[in-house]
Amino acid sequence: MADSPKVLDEFRLEVRSWLASHFPASLSGKAAGVGLGTNIQGELADDAEQWRKALADKGWGAATWPVEYGGAGLSQKHVRVINDEMGKVGAFNPMTVLAGMGVTMVGPTILEYGTDAQKLRHLPGMASGEVCWCLGYSEPGAGSDLAALTSKAEDKGDHWLVNGQKVWTSGANIAQWCGALVRTDPKAEKRNGISFVMMPMDQPGIETRLIKLITGTSPFCEMFFNDAKAEKGELLGKLNDGWSLGKRLLQHERQSQTGEGGPRPVAGTRATLTDIAKDYVGTDDNGMLDDPDLRLRLAEHLMSAKAHRLTISRIAAEAKGNVKVTAVASILKNSATDVSQIRSELLLEMAGHQGIGWEGDAYDESELENVRAWLFGKAMSIYGGSYEVQKNIISKNILGLPETTQKG
Amino acid sequence: MAALTEEQVMIKDQAVAWVTKKTPVKKFREMRDADLEHSFSAETWAEMAEMGWAGLLVPEQYGGSGLGYLTFGLVLEQLGTQLTASPLFASALVGASAIMLAGSENQKLALLPTIADGSAIVTLAVEETARHAPEKIALSAEKASGGFKLNGSKTFVLEGMAATTFIVAARTSGKAGDKTGISLFIVPADTKGLSRIKRNTLDSRGYADVVFKDLVISEDALLGDVDEGFGILESVLDRARAGIGAEMLGCASQSFDMTLEYLKTRVQFGKVIGSFQALGHRAAGLFTQKELARSCVEAALQAIDDSIDKDSGVTKESKAGEIPKMSSLSKCKVGDFLHAMSNELIQIHGGIGMTDEFDAGLYLKRARVLETAYGNQAYHRNRFAVLSGF
Repeated sequence: MADSPKVLDEFRLEVRSWLASHFPASLSGKAAGVGLGTNIQGELADDAEQWRKALADKGWGAATWPVEYGGAGLSQKHVRVINDEMGKVGAFNPMTVLAGMGVTMVGPTILEYGTDAQKLRHLPGMASGEVCWCLGYSEPGAGSDLAALTSKAEDKGDHWLVNGQKVWTSGANIAQWCGALVRTDPKAEKRNGISFVMMPMDQPGIETRLIKLITGTSPFCEMFFNDAKAEKGELLGKLNDGWSLGKRLLQHERQSQTGEGGPRPVAGTRATLTDIAKDYVGTDDNGMLDDPDLRLRLAEHLMSAKAHRLTISRIAAEAKGNVKVTAVASILKNSATDVSQIRSELLLEMAGHQGIGWEGDAYDESELENVRAWLFGKAMSIYGGSYEVQKNIISKNILGLPETTQKG
Repeated sequence: MAALTEEQVMIKDQAVAWVTKKTPVKKFREMRDADLEHSFSAETWAEMAEMGWAGLLVPEQYGGSGLGYLTFGLVLEQLGTQLTASPLFASALVGASAIMLAGSENQKLALLPTIADGSAIVTLAVEETARHAPEKIALSAEKASGGFKLNGSKTFVLEGMAATTFIVAARTSGKAGDKTGISLFIVPADTKGLSRIKRNTLDSRGYADVVFKDLVISEDALLGDVDEGFGILESVLDRARAGIGAEMLGCASQSFDMTLEYLKTRVQFGKVIGSFQALGHRAAGLFTQKELARSCVEAALQAIDDSIDKDSGVTKESKAGEIPKMSSLSKCKVGDFLHAMSNELIQIHGGIGMTDEFDAGLYLKRARVLETAYGNQAYHRNRFAVLSGF
């Protein structure tokens, strides 16, 4: 068997020794320095670029993809071994961030629905982290009710002419390519008549504008299409069948959001939540946290986080290692949101007045980071299908209850 | 459901088929209304033993099949779905665990085969106070010539009326609250000085209060070392907590299924009530809780199986370290879900949920007893914090 424990054990040794000779130690734990479409800057820039190339050559930036599209043709179990070994030395896969929405969402969807030409044209650039993708989904009038979108693409014979406005587009100001849901049949009912179109960002018909958030940062854009053009061959999947493809893509998104969010701390580099609590709150003679109410809520949170992780492993084990993207992702997204948002609230609460700083020397770096993470975390229950939309999906698709939302 | 072995799938299927055919919840209702002395049907218990369920944990050399805790959990979960009453859990899981963990070779030979064939019912007598507090044991065991003399009482003893043997946690030194000075004794139910009285709990299952008055027992009755029984007791309790979690999961899952079915069929305002978003979202929340609880229950049982060396049957200390935390996690998470689910079961069914004729009440009543056994959610939240070092 290709994935027998023996094979995986041998593979683990291979990964370990490859990492030892290719991963620059200077980058250990520096995953957070990788930005959308922009690799680590400053004195580590050369090391970071060397690491990206090494990983791209190996095909491990998108390791499950076929070799001809820039991947390594490996199983999910192999990928888990790679991730596991990378985690141990503080290594990371920069492609998932460098390629924007490419490796995590658009790529898997192209693999599933794309033509050979589309796969060859787009996948290798994502897998090597050289081409950054953004995704035009939401519109000012189409948020949770995505099917209400009005951006449109008209067939002009040799190209598609695209007009309309998108919002909440991550990295539109940086991306080289864009995948967008657009209306291709204005007469069809809401969910029919939508298509998924891909186009280059560097053209006069596309303008982007940053949106400033409550965090003070601007990770999202507005994106305006004014007679933007897409090549005729850049429609992904069937004409007017973009709704089901687009939903499928969102499942990939949810799957990528089922972790508890944020770059994983490398062992030993960051204090545990329990240590932070003890540090700020103090303990009594028995080592119990001095705030009994907080203490039990912290215990509750740690148990929920553990239950969430156990559920991810269980679902993976049940799928026999081949994790299928299914409706169950909806329960994981909501559970991840609960865990992540409560963690942020606890961190803020534990630190008392040190937890509510905005800027300045009165606060240390992690205190200020926690505030930004807490604010940004409020988006987790809104993006990728809000908390409430996930509950609609669970009740309808998993539990088989009748439609609760308005029919489109 | 965890990724199961072929053998586990077989036993699960057997349990589903048997419970569906032989012990649907109406059998439990009949048992309740018949007011049986032992609060379970002797015929049901005999059939379980016949199928080998009482020997699921007991190693092969003592007459069982040694299939482990996760496998046992699959059966308990199914029994939980129909509230099937039997001493299976009390004896074949809790009693057997105690003997397997601490018994001498003679004790194992004397008790494990009879547990495995269902002829003995061995139960743990631990509780003395209103709330679960194993370190607060006060029942005294004084050294007497050639053995010990026991004085005191136990409460909420599972299947205490039907038990043929009690495993009694007693104090041989120190005072209530001390973790040292606790010893475990194997006490046959017919020993002079032992008396028991039925305890009528709201779930109509079998419990007893047991009184020990100048009960004299020989040195051979000691299970494990004198004064050092607390560690073993906690290990037994952790197995009990993980095991009862499986029954709780079954009880809660069935409550969920009944509720979901009702949401799809009950019509009000011209629509099935499941089409109302307020109810759909509650169902979605409960489903999420259910999936998370299942992960915890299975992981706790698996952790116990992982700690047992397959060949020798001996517990590997290096692997056993996670068991206490996992058991508390499981008992707490499935307890929270069962609590919420049993309340929603009544609420979403509305008026019919309040009637004795409908089954919802049976599940609600069983839920609170299961939550209370071996420490409720609050107990295990606190214990999890202590075990996590804060």
